[in-house]
Amino acid sequence: MFHRILAITKKEFKQLKRDKRMLFIVFFFPVVLLAIFGYAINFDVKHIKIAVYDQDKSEYTREYINGLISSEYFELVTYIDSDAEIKKLLDEKIVQAVVVFPNDLSKKLNDKEDVKVQYLVDGVEGNTANVIVNYVNAATINYSLKLTKEYLAVTGKQSYIPINLEPRFWFNPELESTKFLIPGLMGMILIITAVVSVSLSIVREKERGTIEQINVSPLSSFELIIGKTAPHIVISFLNAAIVLLAGYVLFGVVIKGSILLLLLSTFIFLFAVLGLGIFISSVADSQQVAFQAANITALLPSLILSGFIFPIESMPTIIQWVTNITPAKFYVVTLRAILLRGVGLSAFWEQLIYMMIFGIIFIVLATVVDRKAKAA
Amino acid sequence: MKTIYEFIIKELLQLKRDKKMMAVIFIAPILQLILLGYAANMDVEIIHTAIFDQDKTETSREFIRSFEKSGYFSIDYYAESYDEVTELIDKAKTIVTIVIPKDFEKKLNKRETVSIQTLFEGSDGNKSSIALGYIQAVTNRYSQNIVSDIKDKYGMKLPIAGSLVPEVRVWYNPEMKTRNYMVPGIMGLILMITTLSLMSMAVVREREIGTLEQLIVTPLKSYQLILGKLVPFTIVGFVVMLIVMVIMTQWFGIIIRGSRLFLLFASLLFVLSNLGWGLLISTISKTQNQAMMISVFAVMMPMIYLSGFAFPIDNMPQIVQYITYLIPLRYFITILHGIVLKGTGFSSLWPEALILFVMGVGILTLSALRFSKKIE
Repeated sequence: MFHRILAITKKEFKQLKRDKRMLFIVFFFPVVLLAIFGYAINFDVKHIKIAVYDQDKSEYTREYINGLISSEYFELVTYIDSDAEIKKLLDEKIVQAVVVFPNDLSKKLNDKEDVKVQYLVDGVEGNTANVIVNYVNAATINYSLKLTKEYLAVTGKQSYIPINLEPRFWFNPELESTKFLIPGLMGMILIITAVVSVSLSIVREKERGTIEQINVSPLSSFELIIGKTAPHIVISFLNAAIVLLAGYVLFGVVIKGSILLLLLSTFIFLFAVLGLGIFISSVADSQQVAFQAANITALLPSLILSGFIFPIESMPTIIQWVTNITPAKFYVVTLRAILLRGVGLSAFWEQLIYMMIFGIIFIVLATVVDRKAKAA
Repeated sequence: MKTIYEFIIKELLQLKRDKKMMAVIFIAPILQLILLGYAANMDVEIIHTAIFDQDKTETSREFIRSFEKSGYFSIDYYAESYDEVTELIDKAKTIVTIVIPKDFEKKLNKRETVSIQTLFEGSDGNKSSIALGYIQAVTNRYSQNIVSDIKDKYGMKLPIAGSLVPEVRVWYNPEMKTRNYMVPGIMGLILMITTLSLMSMAVVREREIGTLEQLIVTPLKSYQLILGKLVPFTIVGFVVMLIVMVIMTQWFGIIIRGSRLFLLFASLLFVLSNLGWGLLISTISKTQNQAMMISVFAVMMPMIYLSGFAFPIDNMPQIVQYITYLIPLRYFITILHGIVLKGTGFSSLWPEALILFVMGVGILTLSALRFSKKIE
């Protein structure tokens, strides 16, 4: 049995080795992509482009605007002089928000009355809009506090603030989103390379008719699958190591937890993913179908359902159930635990079990489908 | 003319006969859009919170209730020690833990300022900063209530200075729902993935199976061959677009504010540029496996990450922002958001449409030239 598996593994390795272009794509692209996307993807809203419609043109408004743009969060694009310009600026995405100061602002402030500062925010990107709203609220409240303090200093009275918040952010004090997203990106790159290469390598034999030759050989379908998958496990594992190394070199994603655990969970993840690949190959007759199936089951789910970008607890309950169709979900949780929080097995062992169950289910399904196909 | 027509009919028939393929092409987009549309949600609706109440007095309980009443917080755990707090954060069970100090009630009664520690599981920077905004809002309101209570009780006059009050209005998407933003983007993604993966494998598949030779010896000219491949896939892309548009409006209830005709026209341009990329990949790859890897890693992944569908382009470093100008999906998504959410029309979106057109024609010509050279 073992020498037969070994024979098919050797053959597969040789075939892989001969396809230089393929090897180049598999090893080179993930690193390049990680490099570009790692820099590109983040939700850190900075340099919000604003326009100012200042009907008051006073010391107050100038001071307020200076306060805004001296932080790295706001960037003044232009001053405008009419209501009509607001719509054009927001419609054409030239600015993300417009500040409108009413013409009685300084008069009211001098009379110790409250004044409204109007903000018009482009809400198309809900998440960014939310952050902008938080920022402008905070900036305005801070400015008001400053006014109050100045006034109190002049009058010699005291104010009372009952509660003072002391926020502390663990694991990620600067609240950068990049480090949070990189594990998801790694999972996605691995799942695609593994699912695609395994499913195609088996379907190709079907498409070219060489599977018939294998079927009449003494190889059992179990031996065929193991022999075919083994080289892909090796390649995917190398791939994982390269991607992790790139994550460390480029983005300083230090492995806070145990490397051994990381390797173990990556191995289990690859097992689950290859199970999915084998299943696809048992269902599809042509590489075209296999490709579409891999897109549907691996590409978009690992992007959208894995919790990589969109928090799973914000999804409707039914969809939360559906997220279990992608092993990337479990791997992302595991990676974040090991890489970012540096916690031990007790915090994520369930995830490893899920991935194992996932792999076993799909391999069993694949064998069932395969037997039926052969019997037919 | 007649030969092209017949060739197109043959291609369509072939496509129709492949039942698995048809199912994958037309049913998958429906399922994907529905699933992913629900999943793609970055709204922080519920903040999972733990409380470590060291004071355990009537006042501290009232403070906790003010969080519960706000509707954004779900208090899942009551910790009894810092060890428990650490464990909750390590296992990522909560986003934030609020620590109420022992002397909470005492200090408030004495009218001193109390510091409240809020510990965030900060690995998701985005979620943490939004949660912080909500916590600030609740504590500010609580503080204000205390101050006004004191005023009422003792008839004291606290000094009042005039202050600025932010009045924020969010345009286009007033509830700042991420779904409204994501669903059009996912539409673009699905359209891109379907057409690109079909086209990229089309020619290389014939070559791998050996039928390309047969086509070459027929009287068909190479441009006729290309047209024969392009037309059926354009039709497929168009039908997919119609399907996802219906789902967006009927299922998700997202109203298309602008012109539907312009939307369809723009998607046609987008499909053309995808088919161009697909054809190019098909001509440079030797096997379907290569074609698939190239389309995933060199085209689809960059399109997904750099198109601004989930990750705002404004947040990217300048160099990466320049790269995004090469991404057709970027322009298509701008058009989608413009027409669907803002209701803007041709007058402000014509540059994007023009770029899509130029890109589509350019890449198609390039790949057609490569293709015909290869055949001769």
